[in-house]
Amino acid sequence: MNTKPPLLEIRGLHTSINGKKILNGVDLKINEGETHAIMGRNGSGKSTLSKVIAGHPAYKLESGDICLNGESITDLEPDERSAKGIFLGFQYPIEVPGVSNIEFLRAATNARRSFIGKEELDTFEFDEFVTEQLNLIKMNTSFLERNLNEGFSGGEKKRNEILQMALLNPLISILDETDSGLDIDSLKVVSEAINKIKSRTNSIILITHYQRLLDEVVPDFVHIMNEGKIVKSGDKQIAIELEKSGFENIEMIK
Amino acid sequence: MSNSSIQDIVSTSNSYKYGFQTNVENEKFAKGLNEEIIKLMSEKRNEPKFLLDFRLKAYKKWLQLKEPEWAKLNYPKIDYQNIVYYSAPKDIEKKKSLDEVDPEILKTFEKLGIPLSEQKRLSNVAVDAVFDSVSIATTFQDKLAKDGVIFCSISEAVKNHPDIIKSYLGTVVPINDNFFAALNSAVFSDGSFVYIPKGVDCPMELSSYFRINSAESGQFERTLIIAEEGSSVSYLEGCTAPMFDTNTLHAAVVELVALDDSSIKYSTVQNWYSGDENGVGGIYNFVTKRGQCRGKRSKISWSQVETGSAITWKYPSCVLLGEGSSGEFYSVALTNNRQKADTGTKMIHIGANTRSTIISKGISCGNSSNNYRGLVEIKKNANSSKNFSQCDSLLIGDKAEANTYPYIHSKQPKSNIEHEASTSKISEEQLFYLQSRGISNEKAVSMMVNGFCKEVFNKLPMEFASEANNLLALKLEGSVG
Repeated sequence: MNTKPPLLEIRGLHTSINGKKILNGVDLKINEGETHAIMGRNGSGKSTLSKVIAGHPAYKLESGDICLNGESITDLEPDERSAKGIFLGFQYPIEVPGVSNIEFLRAATNARRSFIGKEELDTFEFDEFVTEQLNLIKMNTSFLERNLNEGFSGGEKKRNEILQMALLNPLISILDETDSGLDIDSLKVVSEAINKIKSRTNSIILITHYQRLLDEVVPDFVHIMNEGKIVKSGDKQIAIELEKSGFENIEMIK
Repeated sequence: MSNSSIQDIVSTSNSYKYGFQTNVENEKFAKGLNEEIIKLMSEKRNEPKFLLDFRLKAYKKWLQLKEPEWAKLNYPKIDYQNIVYYSAPKDIEKKKSLDEVDPEILKTFEKLGIPLSEQKRLSNVAVDAVFDSVSIATTFQDKLAKDGVIFCSISEAVKNHPDIIKSYLGTVVPINDNFFAALNSAVFSDGSFVYIPKGVDCPMELSSYFRINSAESGQFERTLIIAEEGSSVSYLEGCTAPMFDTNTLHAAVVELVALDDSSIKYSTVQNWYSGDENGVGGIYNFVTKRGQCRGKRSKISWSQVETGSAITWKYPSCVLLGEGSSGEFYSVALTNNRQKADTGTKMIHIGANTRSTIISKGISCGNSSNNYRGLVEIKKNANSSKNFSQCDSLLIGDKAEANTYPYIHSKQPKSNIEHEASTSKISEEQLFYLQSRGISNEKAVSMMVNGFCKEVFNKLPMEFASEANNLLALKLEGSVG
């Protein structure tokens, strides 16, 4: 009998940017329904890893592979990866003047829908659909008419990322420091939303510095990155230890 | 992503779908220009004496004028004696019925999306189809005549309404206005004429479609629009040309006259062939467009989407004479590859309480250069006049150039002039962000460009706003799969 491949599998991943090596052999397996947390100091390669999975063109793949459901995705464009179900929640969501949030959200939603064989939504259908999802992030509809991320507060930007995650219904979501820049209330809204989107068939990677997000969205596995590699993996206890004693001591344990 | 890949998206791999040439028999004169040629062409068209005199006077002025060199356009010297000044599909006499028009020409317009036959023509737009500067057909003339609206080619107007032509031609753009206007006045072939009588709101959208077909002939259209007291009209022109590896000179003149309480809205979608990615071929577009708000509270509004031509030199302007009159200029100019554009407007405030608005959006990609040049002038008697100008530039890639040259001259302390300008760039990170949400590269660029132009597109007649959208998308389309 064939065993089902992991939802996401990263093997021996080495990448560089402008000739500088950033990832030095990352291995990671994520199965359906799992929540993983990746922690590490600034510059340890966490954000790079998330961008490389999403297909950021500035990074060069030196060696290794990234597979979604057993199929390599390293030759795919970012839009193709998104259509297949990879979602990157940006640490710093980008402002795009002139493009309205709702126009953007509809284009993104329809790109994903047409890939999975669902019918595209016209403006009326989409209005209804997106209004429902807005409750999830506790925002009202005026939020949709503004230009994409332009003039949004830090909290609004992050809520907008989570709204996109809800609309796109991805297989795997990589949330890069979604908790940074959030006040306590926003953190609560965002983490509740993530928990609602989370299911047995999708998976989540949380990239974070802090335990406080992990108290709300509880990971099944925690990985510590250092110098472009995963140096330690375990359960949520690692994160708790880390909060107490810092990276230095955790790395000594290894 | 390296910048070269953004470049790829907007680069060539030519998506110019109008680049075909039609096979028709042409009658043309020998190359070059002199008084004899002018007399011959005037005779050929059975023109009245006043028009021949007008042409000869203009020719003499032209000989004294110098080709302007102040624009930021670098192009090889044009040899004016190496151009054909008269070329027309043989048997130039305008046909009474469409059945008599060369079917090849009808097919051409159909291919361009401008079907002229009864069954297929657009139902709410009257069209004047101009082929190599000769008007081939004008639709809905009868229907318009019921309201007293005259819509015909300039040559027909010369024949049928010589008095109107005589009293208005050259009154907005004088024959000695500039080098290219003088040349046009001497040799203009055809173009559109519109007359809206007093108190009439023109019942349909009017439109002229200009098609260049011949490679060696210069193109010199002339358009004249007159709106009598309390009337209004919306007019749109479109332009395309075949792909030749030589350059074709296009020097048109457009004159608008708005009397008391009238309004003229003039929209242009300019898509002349712009040359290939190495800058070979394309139209040299030197156009003088000017509107005169002669009447009180009259209004002239220019909106343009400029995507074509190798060289563009064009400043649709408003002379605000009438008290309380207003002028508007809404422009999107996109340049790609080696295109060079020096375009903008002039708003001349002469009457009191006059107002003008300028919204200009320039998009430069490839190795192109896109320059906004605009003059706002407030004369001594223009009390309490107001101008608002906004000039935004969007750069795509690293090799494109954008410049803004605003000139503001005010002799009236009680006037109010505002000028805003911005330059932005489509960044790699913006592209990646949209792409990471499943939106393709090309769609992402096109969404951002359309967003940038939104304010201007909203000003276009409804039927053409989506056309403008598609046109930009097509122009941005590239080789990336």
